[in-house]
Amino acid sequence: MSLQLGNISLKPTEQYHLNDVTLNFEPGKMYTILGRTLSGKTTLLKTIAGLQSPDSGSIHFMGKDFLSIPVWERNVAMVYQQFINYPHLNVRENIEFPLKQRKMEPSLIDKEVSDAIKKVGLEGFEVRKIQELSGGQQQRVALARSLAKKAKILLLDEPLVNLDYKLREGLREEFKKLFKGEEASQSILIYASTDPLEAMQLNGDIIVIDEGKILQVGSAKDVFENPANAKVAEITNDPAMNLNNGTIQDNKLIFNNEIQFDLPSNLQSIQPGDYQIGIRATDIHLDENGFGFDVDISEISGSETFLHLHSQNIKCVATIEEVKSYEVNQVVKINFDTSKIYLFKESGELLHSPFKS
Amino acid sequence: MAKIELNNIAHSYNPEASNPLFALKEMSLSWADGGRYALLGPSGCGKTTMLNIMSGLVTPSHGSVHFDQRDVTRVITEERNISQVFQFPVIYGTMSVYENLAFPLKCRQFPEDQIDKKVKEVAEILNLHNYLKNRAKGLTADQKQLISLGRGLVREDVAAILMDEPLTVIDPDLKFRLRRKLKEINAKYKTTLIYVTHDQNEAMTFADNIIVMDQGEVVQMGSPKDLFERPQTTFVGYFIGSPAMNIYECTASSANQVSFGSNIISVQTNLDSARSKNLKLGIRSEYITVEGESGENIFQADVNEVEDFGNYKLITASQGVIKVKAKVKRELNISSEKIFLKFPAEHCCVYEDNKLI
Repeated sequence: MSLQLGNISLKPTEQYHLNDVTLNFEPGKMYTILGRTLSGKTTLLKTIAGLQSPDSGSIHFMGKDFLSIPVWERNVAMVYQQFINYPHLNVRENIEFPLKQRKMEPSLIDKEVSDAIKKVGLEGFEVRKIQELSGGQQQRVALARSLAKKAKILLLDEPLVNLDYKLREGLREEFKKLFKGEEASQSILIYASTDPLEAMQLNGDIIVIDEGKILQVGSAKDVFENPANAKVAEITNDPAMNLNNGTIQDNKLIFNNEIQFDLPSNLQSIQPGDYQIGIRATDIHLDENGFGFDVDISEISGSETFLHLHSQNIKCVATIEEVKSYEVNQVVKINFDTSKIYLFKESGELLHSPFKS
Repeated sequence: MAKIELNNIAHSYNPEASNPLFALKEMSLSWADGGRYALLGPSGCGKTTMLNIMSGLVTPSHGSVHFDQRDVTRVITEERNISQVFQFPVIYGTMSVYENLAFPLKCRQFPEDQIDKKVKEVAEILNLHNYLKNRAKGLTADQKQLISLGRGLVREDVAAILMDEPLTVIDPDLKFRLRRKLKEINAKYKTTLIYVTHDQNEAMTFADNIIVMDQGEVVQMGSPKDLFERPQTTFVGYFIGSPAMNIYECTASSANQVSFGSNIISVQTNLDSARSKNLKLGIRSEYITVEGESGENIFQADVNEVEDFGNYKLITASQGVIKVKAKVKRELNISSEKIFLKFPAEHCCVYEDNKLI
């Protein structure tokens, strides 16, 4: 029952929207397509749904050539960023709409719709008009409609991005539970996101996409610990992993010709030379005896503070585990946990990860 | 520039009714000259009503508004020396950037040489100096928003610049630049900036003083650190920080202990006057630690889920129906099903009628 994409490419303009994408999806698993805005996530989902035709490549579902099957016969459900509902219908009517289209038996429609309403927590809202609902509730309606369809493939395109963060927090947890449910084992779930934390929390397989190209596929843990290249390391971390030029020579590790450390023990076997040094914001900390950096801005996110810093040649972001404001241009002293650094070759490819001995 | 004072302000849209509804409940607030403020709350909390009272778009049904000593309660917007920035950039598209910035001064018949000097100075700090001759229409969204802001900055007499969700239409990458710019401008011009948003991170990143509103009331005014560490109400505990604060219904079992379920937790709050009351205990998941054995202030629970967010782990555990979330280092190994969680007394907040004691 797997869904297979083979060498899918789409190049409507000068730029690739999808560049030779080959992927394999299995039912009962959750997939997160992680990439920045305009990286090709939506195009990929639309191609699977049949809303967009690729220039070349193949899609097979359950052994059949999916590209020759029209959209309405693909049995795919999609939830969009924007809350798309029928404004003149109430909650219940919105959810039953596709089932009525299919001329399903009324008693069966009732059951499916009631189930879906229950799953997304909209009991008591059945006869409400769409405009009377909050954004979060509207997105639940869209989700319930997709669930009621019992589609074999469920595509979710950044469904939480237009909600404020408290709502997002709550709905994300509910989504996760829903996707772990019984019937999820029968369908393929593909969730597109720009948010690395969201991808980690959903804890499925992560597919990293950039400029229409798949950069890495792996478990959330593996992609986090061993990003295939420097680009993946940037995309899969929030704040993006800090990348600076570095040199290993004379048993020293030098950042951008500016600051140097004794070569950490786990890097002793690395050949001297020039590399890209990657270090997570969480592995940079305040230290009175550390190096002086200027604050560009301090950004508070949830319960943490991201300090955007620069020195003469180095730019980096440090995560401080408290909520605190710093002034623009204030000087802070920081240090780097060098046992946690990553090394990337000049080509960008991963050479050393602290999680691989 | 001026100090803005709201004295016993309240606003009802139906003040004549026998049982008027208040969009804004009675409050007094004073805004220091040169401060950087955020008005934060969910939609419908009254923040826009408050902003409109300051700008003069709404005359409050009760109380008075003073700019320095002057009563401006009934003074129209145009005569208040207020500058406003809205969600969508308001610019004169056919005019050049220069003409846009000069417009407020031209209207007030400033001499040409003075206008020229001021426009150039403001354009410089907003990084618009290379675009002065360009038509405003062709600029990016963040540059357009900077023009809206710049029209406030060219006037030295503005009492405050009021911004209503000004970053809504700005791309995430550009938001960063604009936030930094806002902070720099505030530092340079010492103009009072008041920023309305429903986004906690936005508010905390921008302001040094945040006014949290809920259901028409100001529930807390303080620094990001205050809001995080000592939320004045359980709503603030929920609304600020991610995940939300853990909150439990409890009773006082001694002058400095609360009990809920079979747990007795020591706190640093004096509970003498709250002995017979219904109380709530609040503790942030960041302050909970994992211990090896039982002891004082230990909450023993069954582990339900450990989520790996990469930069940290989030433990969800329960004791019967009582749930707890604890945020811990990723390196921490949670192998057993039972867990001993310590609620440090200094981080326990006790609430009576949802207000911090």
